[in-house]
This record gives sequence, structure tokens and C-alpha cells, in this order.
Amino acid sequence: MASHLPPKSTTQHSQPTSAGVAAEPHSPPGGLKRWLLTTNHKDIGTLYMLLSLAMFFIGGLFAMVVRAELFQPGLQLVEPEFFNQMTTMHGLIMIFGAVMPAFVGLANWMVPLQIGAPDMALPRLNNFSFWLLPVAFTLLLSTFFMPGGAPNFGWTSYAPLSTTYSPPSTTFFILSLHLAGISSILGAINIIATILNLRAPGMRLMDMPLFVWTWLITAFLLIAVMPVLAGVITMMLMDINFGTSFFNAAGGGDPVLFQHLFWFFGHPEVYIMILPAFGIVSVIIPTFARKPLFGYASMVYATASIAILSFLVWAHHMFTVGLPLVAELFFMYSTMLIAVPTGVKVFNWVTTLFRGSITFEPPMLFALAFVVLFTIGGFSGLMLAISPADFQYHDTYFVVAHFHYVLVPGAVFAIMAGVYYWLPKWTGHYPHLRLSQWHFWLSVIGVNLTFFPMHFAGLAGMPRRIPDYALQFADFNMITSIGAFLFGLSQLLFVVVVVMCVRGGEKAPARAWDGAEDLEWTVPSPAPLHTFETPPEFVPRQH
Amino acid sequence: MRMRKRLVWTASGTAMGVPVSGALASGWNMPVGVTDLSRDIHGLHMAIFWICVVIGIVVFGALFYSLFRYRRSRGAKPSAFHEHTTVEVIWTIVPLLILVVIAIPATATLKSMYDASDADMEVMITGQQWRWRYEYRGEEVSFISSLATPREQIAGQQEKGEHYLLEVDRSLVLPVDRKVRLLLTSDDVIHSWWVPELGVKQDAIPGFVNENWVRINEPGIYRGQCAELCGRDHGFMPVVVEAVEPERFDAWLAERQAEAAEAAMGLDREWAMDELMARGEQVYGTICASCHQPDGSGNPPVFPALAGNQALLDDRERHIETVIDGIAGSAMPGFANTLDPAEIAAVITYERNAWGNEAGDTVQPSAIAERLAD
Amino acid sequence: MSGGSYYVPPSSKWPVLASLALGAMMVGTGTLLVFGVVGMPVMVVGLLAVLAVMTLWFRDVIHESRGGLYDAQMDRSFRWGMGWFIFSEVMFFAAFFGTLFYVRTFALPWLDGEGAKGVAALLWPDFTASWPLLEPPGEGIEGPRDVLSPWQLPLVNTLILVGSSITLTVAHEALKEGYRTTARHWLAGTVLLGLCFIVVQGVEYYEAYAHYGLTLQAGIYGATFFLMTGFHGLHVIIGTIILITILARVVRGHFSRDDHFGFEAAAWYWHFVDVVWIGLFTFVYVF
Ligand code: HEA
Ligand code: HEA
Ligand code: HEC
Ligand code: CUA
Ligand SMILES: [Cu+2]
Repeated sequence: MASHLPPKSTTQHSQPTSAGVAAEPHSPPGGLKRWLLTTNHKDIGTLYMLLSLAMFFIGGLFAMVVRAELFQPGLQLVEPEFFNQMTTMHGLIMIFGAVMPAFVGLANWMVPLQIGAPDMALPRLNNFSFWLLPVAFTLLLSTFFMPGGAPNFGWTSYAPLSTTYSPPSTTFFILSLHLAGISSILGAINIIATILNLRAPGMRLMDMPLFVWTWLITAFLLIAVMPVLAGVITMMLMDINFGTSFFNAAGGGDPVLFQHLFWFFGHPEVYIMILPAFGIVSVIIPTFARKPLFGYASMVYATASIAILSFLVWAHHMFTVGLPLVAELFFMYSTMLIAVPTGVKVFNWVTTLFRGSITFEPPMLFALAFVVLFTIGGFSGLMLAISPADFQYHDTYFVVAHFHYVLVPGAVFAIMAGVYYWLPKWTGHYPHLRLSQWHFWLSVIGVNLTFFPMHFAGLAGMPRRIPDYALQFADFNMITSIGAFLFGLSQLLFVVVVVMCVRGGEKAPARAWDGAEDLEWTVPSPAPLHTFETPPEFVPRQH
Repeated sequence: MRMRKRLVWTASGTAMGVPVSGALASGWNMPVGVTDLSRDIHGLHMAIFWICVVIGIVVFGALFYSLFRYRRSRGAKPSAFHEHTTVEVIWTIVPLLILVVIAIPATATLKSMYDASDADMEVMITGQQWRWRYEYRGEEVSFISSLATPREQIAGQQEKGEHYLLEVDRSLVLPVDRKVRLLLTSDDVIHSWWVPELGVKQDAIPGFVNENWVRINEPGIYRGQCAELCGRDHGFMPVVVEAVEPERFDAWLAERQAEAAEAAMGLDREWAMDELMARGEQVYGTICASCHQPDGSGNPPVFPALAGNQALLDDRERHIETVIDGIAGSAMPGFANTLDPAEIAAVITYERNAWGNEAGDTVQPSAIAERLAD
Repeated sequence: MSGGSYYVPPSSKWPVLASLALGAMMVGTGTLLVFGVVGMPVMVVGLLAVLAVMTLWFRDVIHESRGGLYDAQMDRSFRWGMGWFIFSEVMFFAAFFGTLFYVRTFALPWLDGEGAKGVAALLWPDFTASWPLLEPPGEGIEGPRDVLSPWQLPLVNTLILVGSSITLTVAHEALKEGYRTTARHWLAGTVLLGLCFIVVQGVEYYEAYAHYGLTLQAGIYGATFFLMTGFHGLHVIIGTIILITILARVVRGHFSRDDHFGFEAAAWYWHFVDVVWIGLFTFVYVF
């Protein structure tokens, strides 16, 4: 397999020449060692993408267990206890293991290429950020084998279910999340330093491709909120192991405090999973519409506004915990406001398409599906933001439908769009067209079949996180499960496409898509291991 | 060509229409409910839904129009226009105005949801893993309400009934046309008390008390569920509210009060083993079995086995203490306030003599009552 | 943006080893907490491995720096990196300060029957809110008998830490002026003050446990007290270790008048720790 990956360069440009540096071989090591020890942003990007794919399958498998149990009313396959573990681990693995690393992987590959940098700013730190993740997820998955089983309190880990009433493995869960958190923080620091410091001469901030912009802002969000998550899970750890009473009213604490801290992290976290997606789509749509993005500057400002607002809306996840009325009103209004900048984005995409010259290559298909389906998810988000109505929606499948619309045909489709878009750059080959199209259409059908009926189940009164349900929800659940299996199986096609593309296929030129404008398309396909060793001269395009 | 186009339009029209009209059919949509508030909420829900539909039609319409009209295969040539301040200002202001229009009724509804003052009566609702306790404050009436669906139905050994998983042994009885203040709390983890048709969902937080209120307009039986993940049997923690005419409610309440007084009298006499075992089995089945399993085998390491637990049988004192006070820092709650003395005595007796346990002794209600009085 | 070529380090084994070491430390810690002392050796080995790998990693960095491989652009990368790292630390402590304010302004008054959520008092009829909280609401939880006066050891520690920030600044100025020996002395003084702080904090913890009944288990006051001062103390320890390393490098003559980012980064960190302390002294001890 290794032979199909980007070729190793034979000359190391930046080999230390001066005295005092530990003797290193003159070309990077081959085989396994290459991947373990690498400092190359493309290798590390590839590692991130592979890890993410593996985690997507593991998390997906857990979802399949959930869907299989919910296929019919009654308890058939798993115990409620195990069901809760499945739900929890599905959420955790998908968010921290699949979506976040995928975006970091794309950033690793593409940010240096798009800004004309030789590598990430701090390459060794970059490798450290990556290797923390396999360690973290091994630890997380090992909790299945501990007495009492894996975490079973939902990915939101509300105290005291996650403290006093949790299985012993919770401590390990917390420690593994710490590792993942350190990885995210260091990764984000690296990305910020790269973007701010390593742009090609002549490239101003307002010249950067939108993927870079959205990642700059995402990295800021990460650095701001991951430490808060670390803080709150540390407090959990202490309540569990050292008898503190942060989340225990008997000692003067408050279980709701946990939720405030968690969602102060948690809400920006969901935007961490969507802003880079916005960036990818904002790059792909102009390419295949062959027309510049309608409002570059307003896209940047909208992204920044979303990020800033995201710090002020966290309690919309807590409308039913009994917040004081003023708080309830404040968080309702602030949440509704987010629709405005997000709308700006959607309108921009549509206007970019208007009077373009549009073609429908696989990346474009996924990007277009993203625009439509994400917007649907955004609409249900807006409905959830209406606090009085949320008293009925909260903790039902309506919420599950909302967040899967923004996460699956949202974040995941954007990742796939990005992968299809940049695969020619990574491998030198175009992905197989027919198979990609099949993958797309099966995914679109599957995803809607899975998640659309969830709206109805939720409105009709089905709570989330239950292993068994009343008879009136049976039809919705059966359709959902069938859709889920269809969607799951069609992801096998994706793997086939990627593997085929790595191994061969139609050769791609440097500029693989005729409408593509950014710097990455000026280097050969596949991109050599080292690019932009001397910074390219950047000539700003008129936006 | 024309034919085909029309066909496409009709097909997509139907495709859009079916889910939308389906969504409005009952059983697919949020119930209108039987309180003024639930109606307001439903109204808000429909309003925002239709606003989203309209915006969706406009946005997706423009999108699909562009996709169709400006395909390269149709020979579309790209224009290079971009940035237009007026347009951008419009599409910032218009959504903002739409949001303001929604925010106004939402604020009003929220305010009335928060106004629990001037209630005619109060019910304290306490969540416990995995059942509800209802206390009519100031009326000396309280009881526990747990799932009534037989385990066989859940396991698929028996046909599922009409109200599968949404039925309880004792429902919360409330009068119609009276304002009832609900106070919610929990003994262990966070639960959430939800009845869709009453438009009430409120979390029950251990150590804190939440308020909500309800004034039901129509008599009937309204079903809901616990809506916050609360552990293993979160899915098996239904809420059933029976709304009756005020006169019937008053009669019912008086009946319950009499019953409670009677139960208090039963404490003085000596109970026979059989009687204790029978009562104990019932209590165990509805309450303890969820953790310790119907056969007493528990679920170690978290939930200890009671069957064959010799250490426990040898230490009668600890057994009694555990059930009354619970075990601090664990899931084992104390039942001093949840069960009456006869029930506590019975369940302990049962545990000590069921599933092959052979302590042979009884625990008398009078003894428990005495301990509780201290 | 300089034009030259940016230094990209060759492949390195430290990152992988560092994550394995950190993983081992976490596994050990978890095992220690959950399954008992068997975790201890793993945790200790993990910790030592983390320290060892970090030492070796930084040795490489120092060699590269000494070898003249870093240009001004690299220097900026380090600056951005360190700056944002400190920002992440700020947010970490922000979570704890948020906790403190939440408990004091919302949770406790509510439990006492005040404010919008005062119905909670139904459950705790005998409870009165106060800060410091000497009597937690629940029966089973024993509050502290008394709390430490801010005007004794904590004040001493405040003076020590503020003083150390001053000595460090003097050392920095001296370095910038090229007075190496002066810099060395003032830096050594800073390290000494850091060590003093740690010792005083240790004494204070001993007092708290032995004489005041102020423990982690002593309700929310004890919990927030130890959480905040504890994590701060940990940062002082780490900061002191960093300063010792920097001192060793100054002694070896590593830093020049205008190229001494290692020194500056350590100083930033130290000042950050100092500022956090001012916050703690104000809100944990005094008010
Ligand atoms: C990528 C992830 C992502 C994204 C982008 C969003 C986006 C939004 N989310 Fe979502 N959300 C989640 C992930 C996400 N969410 C998750 C994971 C949960 C559940 C967590 C859990 O409990 O486990 C959740 C839960 C959640 C809740 C809590 C529900 C509950 O538990 O009761 C709420 C409530 O307000 C909410 C609101 C919103 C809003 C208003 C947006 C907005 O950003 C959407 C804005 C977009 C649009 C509105 C569409 C486009 C706009 C236009 C076309 C303009 C014109 C439109 C109008 C004026 C209407 N979300
Ligand atoms: C980015 C995040 C993300 C992603 C991508 C997904 C993807 C999916 N989720 Fe996700 N989900 C969450 C985040 C995500 N989810 C979160 C945060 C929660 C809340 C957790 C909580 O309550 O705490 C949740 C909860 C959740 C529930 C509710 C569980 C409950 O409340 O009890 C359900 C139920 O259907 C569900 C289903 C699915 C399905 C079918 C997919 C599918 O898209 C998955 C498809 C992928 C695969 C299937 C893997 C690839 C294929 C194979 C492995 C081949 C084999 C396939 C077959 C045998 C068919 N999810
Ligand atoms: C919510 C779960 C739950 C319910 C309901 C529950 N228990 Fe328990 N019980 C536990 C747990 C957990 C323990 C172990 C606590 C520990 O040792 O840390 C326990 C321990 C016990 C013990 C002590 C066992 C021993 O070996 O020390 C007894 C006796 C007991 N329970 C009886 C009962 C009775 C009687 C009921 C019902 C009236 C009941 N339990 C209901 C969770 C529960
Ligand atoms: Cu109680 Cu869920
Ligand atoms: Cu949110």
C-alpha cells in the first residue's frame, strides 16, 4: 500500500547542516517507521484521515447495534445497560474520533498547500497531536472490557448519573478524553500558528481560501473551549474519586453546574464540527460553478459572528432544567440570532450558483446535498431554539433528527466532498466516477430515510436514549433502521472508491478541476512529499 | 419533453406534498394537547414550521433553478458578478425581522409557562430510578407509580398491549379546571417528567426543586415518559395522568386519605410470615427488582446480589438499616420516606426468605415504625 | 513573512514516545484510582517516561536553536504557539472561576430559598447560605471547622509570587542589556521564591487538613478551595521546573541579548501563573 502513497522526496531540503543535531539518516525512514516518526504534514494528514475512517466505522457499527435493537418494539438483541453504552460510545466516537480528526486531517493536508507553506508551523508537535489520538481511543474502547462496562450516561455525561451512579470505567473515560483534548488543543495551536505565520509572501488574511479562514476560527474555538471540557471532567473525576461535591447539592454544589460547564464547551464544539465544513463547501461550489464566491468578505464575517455567538447560547440545551426566566429568554434570543449569519452563508452559496456554469462532479454533488440538507437541519435547530416549543422537543428524536441532519449530511457529507475534491491531489488519480455517483445517491437516499422519520417519531413523543418504545413509534423506527442499514452499507462503497483511487485510476493533472483556483492546484498531482520549500509568490485575485 | 417535464414536476410535487400533509396528520405531529399552554406551544410550533417551509421553498427553489438553468451541459457561460451590498443587507435584515416576529409570541408563552402563582393545589413529584413518587402536598396522600407492563411483553414472550410501556400501576390523578402547581425533584439522578398532551416537560434535579404548572381542560388519560437519561431503565419509566372532574377528584382524594389512615393502623398488630412475604414480593417486584433483578441475582459489581448473600442474612441489623437509610454514595436509595413501615418490613422479610434465602425470621412493621419514629 | 526556507525538522521519535508515555501515565492513574495500588508503578513509570521524553525532545529543540536553524519566522511560530497555549490555560482556570462564581451567586442562595430558584429550600429547611460555607446542606457532609485567614500564609505567598514576577522581570531586563551574571542571580532568586511558594502552600495544606477540617470532602468550599489552589500549585511547580531549566541554560550561556525566546516563554508562563494567583487570592481567600 505504501508504494501508492505520495512518493518520498529524495532530497531533504531542510536537513540540519550545522553542528549539534542528533545524527539523522538523510532521507526519512521507510515502512512503519515513516508513519510513526513523521513530521510531514501530508503524512500526518493521511494518518488522521485513516484514523477518522476507522472510527467512523466503529462508531457506525455502534449505531447499527442501536438501530437493530430499535428495529422493532420490545427488547431483542441487547440489554438496556449495553444499549446505553452503545448510544454513549456512538456519540463520543463519532464526534471525537470521526468528525474532528477528519477535519484536522484535512487541515493538515490542505492548509499548508492552500497558503503556500512548506509544512505546519510546529511539525513535531503535529505528530504528537496525532499519536495522542490512537492512545486515547484505545483507552476509551478498552472500557468495554472493564467491570460494569463502558460509559453509559450519554455523551453529555450529566452528573450525577456520570459520577455517583456511574460504572468504574468512568475514570478511564475521563482520562482518555483528557488525552483527546490535549491533542485537539495542540493541533489547534499548530494550525493557528501556521495560518498566521506561514502564509506565502503577498497573501493577506483576506486572500486566504475560505477553508483556511474557517479553520483559523475553528482553531480559536477549540483552544477556547477544550480546556473548559478538561476542567469540567476533572471536576467529575474528583467527585467520583476524591469525595468532592461539585455536582452534589448536599455539599453545596449543583448538578446543573455540570451542564453549564459542559455546554459552554459543547455548543461551540458543534460549530467546531461545522465551520470547517462551511469552508470546504465554500471552496468547492465556486470551483464547479466556475464563478467566484458571491460574498467572500461577508462569508468571513458570518463565520466570525457564528463563532462569537456560539459562546453565548449554550443554555439552549438546558431549557427544561429550570433556568430562571431571564436566562431562558436570553438564551432563546441569542440562539435565534445564529440563524442570521448562517443564512448569509446559505444565500451566498445559492447566489454563487446563480448564473454560473455548473457541473456535477462527485465533490459538487456532496457539496450541494450539504447545502440543502444542512439547511433542513438548521431549520429544525431554529425550531428547537424557540424555548417554549423546546419544552416539547427536548430529549426526543426530534433533537436526534436535528443534529444528525447537521452532522451527517452536514459535517460528514462535507468531509466526503472534501475527500473527493482533494483525492486527485493526494493520489494523482481521479476517484472512480460511476462508483462515486453510486456512493452519493445511495448515501443521500439512505441518510434521509434514516433521519427524516426521526422528526415524526420525536414529535409524536418518542424520547431519545431508550432501548424500547411504545407501539405507535414502530413504523418510524422500522423505516429509520432500514435507512440506517442502507446508509451504513453504502459507506463500504466509499472505502472501495478511496482504495481504488489510491491504487490507480484516471491520471489527474496539477489543476485537477478546471474551475479550481487556489494554490494547492499549482503543485503536481500527486503532491510531492515536500511542497513550497521556497515560498511561492502569491498574486491576489480580485475578490 | 414537455410531458416528461410535467411528470417530473408532478412527481416532485407529490414527493413534497406527502410528507407535509402527513406531518400534519395526528400521530405524526406534536399533539395539540389539552391545556391552554400546550395549545400555545403547538401554535408556535406550527408557525415556525411553516415559516421554515416557506423559506425553504424560496431558498431551495432558487438553488434548484440555478442548478437546472445554469448547467454547463446546457451551455451556460459563467458570469463573474459578486458582492452586492444592497442584496447582502436585505438578506441580513429580512431574516432578522422574521425572527423578531417569532420571538414576540414565544416570549409571551414562555412568561405564562413560568407563572406558577395562585395555584389551587400542589403536587410534589419525585423521580427515582425508575419510578415516580407523587405527593399531594398538605393532603397526607402520597404514592409510588411504576411501570405496569409485564416483563414478558418486553421480552416478546407475550403479545404487547395497547399501552405497551405507557402504563403504570397507579396514575397521578388530577382535577380538570384547577391550576395545579407541580414541584419536581429527584432522589438520585436527573429525570424529566413529561406528558406531551399537557405541554409539560420539566427536569427533576436531585437536591433542587423545579416548578411548573398545569391546568387541564378535558378529562382523560394522558401518557408520557421520563425524558432524561437516568440509567438502565430510563425507557421504562412512564408517566400516566388521569384527569377527572373536580368532584370526582375530591372524592378520590378522600378515599386515599382514608386508606392511608387505615394503613397506619395496621402497624400495631403482629403480621404473619405469609402476609409479609406476599406484600414483600409485590414491593420487591415493583421497586427493588429493577436493580437487584427479580431473582435477587443483582448485577455485580454495581448492584449486589441479594440471593445467597450470606453476609447480609447474618446481619439482620445491617439489612434493615440499608433499606431504611440506603448506602450513601451509591445507587442504593434509602426508603424511609418512600415506603411505609409495613412495606419496608415486608420487603426485608421477603428478601430474607425468598430465592432460597433461609433466614426464617420476620421483620415486623411495628419495629420499623418505631425505628422511623426516632 | 520572510522569504527564506522554513526549518522543517527531520522525523523524530519523541512525539510517538511522548504519547505512549502519557498514555501509560493515564492508564496507571486510572488503575490506581479504580483498581488500587497496582496502578501506582505504571503511573510512576509513565510520569518518569513523560519527563524523560520531554527532556530529550527539548534537548533536540535547544540543539537546533543553538545550531542556528531557527530564523525569525520560526521564532514567530514559537511565539504564537506559546501565546495560544497560555490562552488555553486561561480558559482552563476560567472554568474553575466560573464554578466558584456560580456556586456563590446562584447555587447556594437557591438552596437557602433566595432568588428565582428558591423553592429548592423545601428540601433543606435548616440550611443557611454563607461564604465560606461552613455547614453544607446535607447531613452526611461535614463542613470545615474554620477557614484560613487570607492575611497570614496566603498573604505571604502573594508577596512571594508578586516578588518573583519582579525578580524575573529584572533578570529579563538584565539579559536584554547583556548582563549575564546579573540575569543569572535574579533568575536564581526567582526560582528560590517559586520553591518558597510551594513550601508555604504545602504548609498551608497541612494546616488545613490537620487543624481546620478543611479537606476536599468538606463540601463545596473545600472542593473549590483545593481545586483552584491545587491546580494553581501544580502550575507553580511546573513553572519552577521550567525556570530551573532556563537557569541552567543561562548558566551555560545559551541566550543572547536579542535571541532568547526560551527565556521569554518561561517568563510569560510565570507571569500567567502569578496573575492567576492574584485572582485566587482575591476570590478564594479574601472575598
Ligand atoms: C454541526 C453541528 C450542529 C449545528 C451546526 C447546529 C446548529 C444549530 N442548532 Fe443544534 N445541536 C447539535 C449540533 C448542531 N446544531 C447537537 C449535536 C445537538 C444535541 C446535543 C445532545 O443533546 O446530544 C444539538 C441540539 C440543539 C438544541 C437543543 C435541543 C434540545 O436538546 O432540546 C438546540 C436548541 O436551540 C439547537 C439549536 C441549533 C440552532 C439554532 C442551530 C443554528 O446554527 C442553525 C442555523 C441554520 C439555519 C437556521 C438554516 C439556514 C438559514 C437560513 C436559510 C436563513 C433564514 C432562516 C430563518 C430566519 C429561519 N441545537
Ligand atoms: C458526527 C457525529 C455522528 C454521526 C456521523 C452519526 C451517525 C449515525 N447515527 Fe448518531 N449520534 C451522534 C452523532 C453522530 N451520529 C450523537 C452525538 C448522538 C447522541 C449520543 C447520546 O445520546 O449520547 C447520536 C445518537 C444516535 C441515535 C440515538 C440513540 C439513542 O438516543 O438511543 C441514533 C439512533 O438511531 C443514531 C444513529 C446514527 C446512524 C444510523 C448513523 C449513521 O450515519 C452511521 C453510518 C455509518 C456506518 C454504519 C459505519 C460504516 C459501515 C459499516 C460499519 C459497514 C457495516 C454496515 C452494516 C452492517 C449495515 N445516532
Ligand atoms: C437504583 C438501584 C437500586 C434499587 C431500586 C434498590 N437497590 Fe438495593 N442496592 C443498590 C446498590 C447499588 C447497592 C450496593 C451499594 C454498595 O454497596 O455500594 C444495594 C445494596 C442493597 C443491600 C445491601 C446488600 C449488601 O450485600 O450489603 C440491600 C439489603 C438492598 N440493596 C436492598 C434493597 C431493597 C429492599 C430495595 C427495594 C425496596 C432495593 N435494595 C432497591 C441499588 C438499588
Ligand atoms: Cu428517569 Cu429517565
Ligand atoms: Cu447548541
